[in-house]
Amino acid sequence: MTDQTTDSDQPGPADHTGVEITLENVTKRYPGQKAPAVDNVSMTLPAGQITVFVGPSGCGKTTTMKMINRLIEPTSGRIDLGGEDVLKIDPDRLRRKIGYAIQQAGLFPHMTVAQNVSVVPGLLGWDKKRTAARVEEMLDLVGLDPDFATRFPRQLSGGQQQRVGVARALAADPPVLLMDEPFGAVDPITRGNLQDELLRLQGELGKTIVFVTHDFDEAVKLGDRIAVLGARSKVLQFDTPEAILANPADDTVAGFVGAGASLKQLSLLRVRDVEFDRDKAITATLDDSVPELRERLTRGKLHFALVLDRRNRPVRWVHVRDLVSATSLAEAGKPVGDLVSLKSTLRDALEAILTEGGNAAVTGAKGEYLGTIGLETVTEAIAALREEYTDEPTTEGESA
Amino acid sequence: MNLWDFIVDRWDRLLPEAALHASAVIQCTAIATVIGVAIGIGVYRSPAGSAVATALTSAILTVPSFALLGLLIPVLGLGVAPTVVALVLYALLPIVRNTIVGLSGVDIAITDAAKGIGMNRTRVLTRVELRLAWPAILAGIRVATQLLMGIAAIAAYAKGPGLGTEIFSGLVRAGSANATNQALAGTLGIIILALIVDGAFVLLGRLTIPRGIRD
Repeated sequence: MTDQTTDSDQPGPADHTGVEITLENVTKRYPGQKAPAVDNVSMTLPAGQITVFVGPSGCGKTTTMKMINRLIEPTSGRIDLGGEDVLKIDPDRLRRKIGYAIQQAGLFPHMTVAQNVSVVPGLLGWDKKRTAARVEEMLDLVGLDPDFATRFPRQLSGGQQQRVGVARALAADPPVLLMDEPFGAVDPITRGNLQDELLRLQGELGKTIVFVTHDFDEAVKLGDRIAVLGARSKVLQFDTPEAILANPADDTVAGFVGAGASLKQLSLLRVRDVEFDRDKAITATLDDSVPELRERLTRGKLHFALVLDRRNRPVRWVHVRDLVSATSLAEAGKPVGDLVSLKSTLRDALEAILTEGGNAAVTGAKGEYLGTIGLETVTEAIAALREEYTDEPTTEGESA
Repeated sequence: MNLWDFIVDRWDRLLPEAALHASAVIQCTAIATVIGVAIGIGVYRSPAGSAVATALTSAILTVPSFALLGLLIPVLGLGVAPTVVALVLYALLPIVRNTIVGLSGVDIAITDAAKGIGMNRTRVLTRVELRLAWPAILAGIRVATQLLMGIAAIAAYAKGPGLGTEIFSGLVRAGSANATNQALAGTLGIIILALIVDGAFVLLGRLTIPRGIRD
């Protein structure tokens, strides 16, 4: 029950196991249709990163993804997976090397969770012992209890099914994972949890993940890179979420980014990345004398002070007025409400700033006081981002 | 002689006839299952093919059994051959139709996932689609068996095996001693057989339908 055991036996996130995927002039034309479904798409999806294909329904993003594992055969063009031409690999063998997770999980209802997860190892001819060990490992990885192994899909909630879907996709440790709107059919809270889990998993595994969604917020949250696709899968912009939010390539992208781009950017920045005020606020401990603090505030021409407990954690805000009648700092003022940690996003920080009414206290890993953050810090951070991405024009669709 | 005495008296004849009746029905259903499921697998992906297969097998069922046997006797002669052919043809409709319904009812997302994780066509069919369609196929086989139980009685007209012999000779000798008893014994025997076989199907379902998709 201690916190110290976490991750001790997990490999570090150091090495990614993913491989690079390149699409070169890939086109898909269905017979009897004039316009191609996917028209001449070229992209390089960096190894070990999450690339999100985002675009309106019917824009061809799923088709583009399905050409990578040849569920749909490209009409022309070339797709390389870690330097190998996928069109030259037997499709069934190719797919065993590419994890595939889809909306509503697509679990086999007649098989138990364990049987579902063992399908690919079975196809690859693993022996029973190795497969069984792998199933257990995979369930643990996606945060499911071992006793889920004998359950059937219909006995699971949507979120649990989705976890099993991811476990099945990753069972044979493929370097690449394709995910087709995998969290589209679950409720928003579960979706948020699953997204967090995916990011945690990816931190451990470092796969090359291609994630298809029509939800731009999901793309911003998950993507290392986002490919905004238009009709016929045309790449409108291919860049980091920060860059796309700060500087959408054209009006279509801007429209897709939607209102509130700045707010969305706030969820990409963390408090540790910005310059918050480390020594602006006056602090006191619970045992300090009231008149002394009052004097310090008057001298510093400040209205508020932060009272810390013996372990240096913020407990109360006191206004200079409160100190007139107060006898002890333990009772003066009002308790601290929202706290902001170094890991919090600026969006959380903004929320705390608003509820606290001006400034929020920033704390470190153990809850110790580090400084305060105010509205100007947040606005400056956004302004800096804007500047950074508008100065140098971003180029489309390639990486170094 | 009342019915009960008649049955006791003719037990040594009725029992083998009942066995032959059941055996004919079960074997013909088995043959029809192989053919019917194969047809179903062949056509379920194409709506046109499915429609044709269903229409053809329905057309067979609309031919009265007497007429069908009458048509088959000149070609195949009397006895087992016309009986088997007629019974197999009649059993096809429920099996073919239920196979098509079952296979095309499999969620496209599931077959997509199966292909996507690297199963080839045969594996998708045998390990996923047929397993999921099995309850529907089994229901078709069950209906076919019940259907054949009755139709097999007509086979006596073509000198086929089974309890139909009793019914026919009873009817032919209508008015003479024990004629009614004979027809009744045959009919009753078929009803009892039908119930037993139906019970066996319930058991078969429990044994063969995967737990994850059982109601």
